[in-house]
Amino acid sequence: MTKTLSKQKVTCYHCGDECDNFPIESEDLSFCCVGCKNVYAILSQNNLCDYYNLESNPGTAIRNPVSKTKFNYLDDEQVLKKLIDFNDGGIQKVTLFIPIMHCSSCIWLLENLYKLDKGVTNSRVNFLKKNLSLTYKTETTSLRKIVELLSSIGYEPAINLNDIETQVKKGENKRLSYQIGVAGFCFGNIMLISFPEYFGLDEFARVNFSRLFGYLNMFLALPVFLFSAQDYFKNAYKGLRKNHIGIDVPLALGIFVLFARSAYEIISHTGIGYFDTLAGLVFFILIGKWFQQKTFDTLSFERDYKSYFPIAVGVIADENETTVPVNNLKIGDRIIIRNNELIPTDSILMNGNANIDFSFVTGESAPVRKVLGEIIYAGGRQIGETIELEVSKKVSQSYLTQLWNNEHFAKQNESKIQTFQQTVSRYFTFALVIIAVASATWWLVFNPALSLNAFTSVLIIACPCALALSSPFALGTAMRILGRNKFYIKSPEVVEQIAKIDSIVFDKTGTITQSNDAKIDFIGDKLSDEEIQLIVSLAKHSVHPLSKKICQLLYQTKIIPVREFKEETGKGLQGFVGEKEVKIGSAKFLFPDGYLNLETSNLSTTVHVMIENNMRGYFKIEHSYRKGLNQLITQLKEHFKLYLLSGDNDSERKNMQELFGENAQLFFKQSPMEKLTFIERLQNQNQKVMMIGDGLNDAGALKASNIGISVSENTSHFSPASDVIMDASVFNNANRFIQFSKHTTIVIKMSFIISLIYNIIGLSFAVQGNLSPLIAAILMPLSSVTVIAFTTITTTLFAKKGGLE
Amino acid sequence: MNVMYLLIGCSLLMAIGFLFAFIWSVKSGQMDDDYTPSVRILFDDIEIKKNKTEEQEIKKN
Repeated sequence: MTKTLSKQKVTCYHCGDECDNFPIESEDLSFCCVGCKNVYAILSQNNLCDYYNLESNPGTAIRNPVSKTKFNYLDDEQVLKKLIDFNDGGIQKVTLFIPIMHCSSCIWLLENLYKLDKGVTNSRVNFLKKNLSLTYKTETTSLRKIVELLSSIGYEPAINLNDIETQVKKGENKRLSYQIGVAGFCFGNIMLISFPEYFGLDEFARVNFSRLFGYLNMFLALPVFLFSAQDYFKNAYKGLRKNHIGIDVPLALGIFVLFARSAYEIISHTGIGYFDTLAGLVFFILIGKWFQQKTFDTLSFERDYKSYFPIAVGVIADENETTVPVNNLKIGDRIIIRNNELIPTDSILMNGNANIDFSFVTGESAPVRKVLGEIIYAGGRQIGETIELEVSKKVSQSYLTQLWNNEHFAKQNESKIQTFQQTVSRYFTFALVIIAVASATWWLVFNPALSLNAFTSVLIIACPCALALSSPFALGTAMRILGRNKFYIKSPEVVEQIAKIDSIVFDKTGTITQSNDAKIDFIGDKLSDEEIQLIVSLAKHSVHPLSKKICQLLYQTKIIPVREFKEETGKGLQGFVGEKEVKIGSAKFLFPDGYLNLETSNLSTTVHVMIENNMRGYFKIEHSYRKGLNQLITQLKEHFKLYLLSGDNDSERKNMQELFGENAQLFFKQSPMEKLTFIERLQNQNQKVMMIGDGLNDAGALKASNIGISVSENTSHFSPASDVIMDASVFNNANRFIQFSKHTTIVIKMSFIISLIYNIIGLSFAVQGNLSPLIAAILMPLSSVTVIAFTTITTTLFAKKGGLE
Repeated sequence: MNVMYLLIGCSLLMAIGFLFAFIWSVKSGQMDDDYTPSVRILFDDIEIKKNKTEEQEIKKN
């Protein structure tokens, strides 16, 4: 007895999961399943056991082995061509996305792949992007073989339709790095050369060096002016043509005037110019741009259905199975869908028991049974045995893809965002031009010689460097803080948008309910220990989610062997456990003739239990709500209008109404399209809507709303296109995130005032026509540094106050 | 004082050298991944250690 108890705590050497009753033992090590043991066997054969020394239990359990034919499509020339980065006769290079990698053992093993496959000449991991770059010889191996090898050791790459349809953009960030590098280099050297001038040169040095220093500075400022600052001129020009004045216009104006006046002073020997100010300014604003550009590498905010779809499916032609890329599927093709595979297009069920999980598309969590001849819409996932389907629509015309043909997915919603900085910079630019012209005219009347001097000085000193830095640093800091708290935003502007919202729309399934942590009650007479054992022993044999839940709840260590086990997919299980006949399943399964005198309820899913033809009662399985939901809704109720849109039936209406309060509007059985139009209706009433959803069924609504937040259990897995990806574990912090965003916008406004004060001080020198290069050289960096320090420190303080890390 | 011209030229040349080193490092992808190399460097240690112990064993034998 004690022996079984001690075994209970055994964890798998490979994956660290708790082993059940009978751990598989090999070489004194315990494994939870055959999959894990096999991986260990492969690794130990190849002397790769360091894998287990780097981190303990680094593996991932392989409970569902992938089918042998799954990756056959990788032999297809067309597919291969699109996946491969580089192909030179005998050598191919490819980059695979492996979402499962999670620790340094993973990196080590993947980089030692050559020990497992001699054809691999080089493998390199980019851990943050979860990418594996491979180089291999086509003579000895192929992409299919490598991918199969990776899958067999638990690192199945995610290859989907998106990979072959879009080309990844590269090199955009590098350009900015070059620009910063050049600006920084020139800034440093110009400062060095300008210093003697500021400290005062004696007569000898002035004669000999002053002119040289001036020309050197001009020479060094040229790359800054022509290369590093290039984008500001381009953007200002673009903006002006569209009659849109952003921060780029005064910046470009300031940079241009700085360069022109300095060059004139140097060439005419009238002064030393402001080249150090110019280089410093460009360097600082580029740093701001870079700081703001932080992206979350592993997350993709622009996913559509293509990221969910497989590249190819098995097709039966002339009794043989071949693999065909889904884009080439024709109406009438017979396709084969195996356990856990996605149905790529609308098709008719021809053979097999279909038990389809539509949670991607509709949000319904329970699998749906389909009968022969029924149409199954794209996006469903088959659970259970292999089925055969006949394609009835092309992939591009299926029900699911229609959603993406909606106008919302065609238009860019960048333009609708008007940031605080943009609003301010329009007025700022006008004010600046007016002051410059006014001071020029004033001097024209009283001292014409100083007129041009004053005009250019105003434009130089008012160049909104500090203003241009306040938003990037406040928003960039906020973005990092939110990211640390598992609230990942697409771009910094999103923070300002979040601060503006006034209504919040929730999706139900998967968003406020947690489908994998349901609450289970048993209704009926209390089960005896023996009965529990019987039920668990039977349920253990099924992979159906409800059976798994029951096993979880009634955790049992002793399993009785089962004879004559039968499972009718989607209905129930039966078999002889020991000597006793046990049946569990739906009411219909237990009482085929329709006999049913139990209370029928829509509130939850029921699983009935029958032992030896004796009705014992039923399990009631309710979706459980996310932790802290009650508290969160109570907080949000005070500030926002709340709505609920669910694809599910309205069995939980009563619960929900209680939770959301009398005033909240709840809608059930909403199709993806209805969700989208509902959001639009709210927006037409001038509401700023935040949509919180998860599945593909919310994709339209997420895109249409002002802020779309997709809740994800695992952020490296797929989530629909949205502005924010929120880790499910921080769902109850949603209110904090909104409050923090509001605080961040306050910080931006405060830092704007600071930079205005600096500008006014500078302007008071400039309008008098006596802005010396030294004052400019001190004021500009000083204002920038103050603003950077102020925004980052206050934003961080607000985060601490708001309970964020 | 003429040596100043030489010194200025030298310092500029050195700075340009560093600028090109920076551009080269960006171009060759050293800035793309700032996490994995920090882990990777530890792996080599383990392998070297292992080789050493093996060598030692061989020597002992």
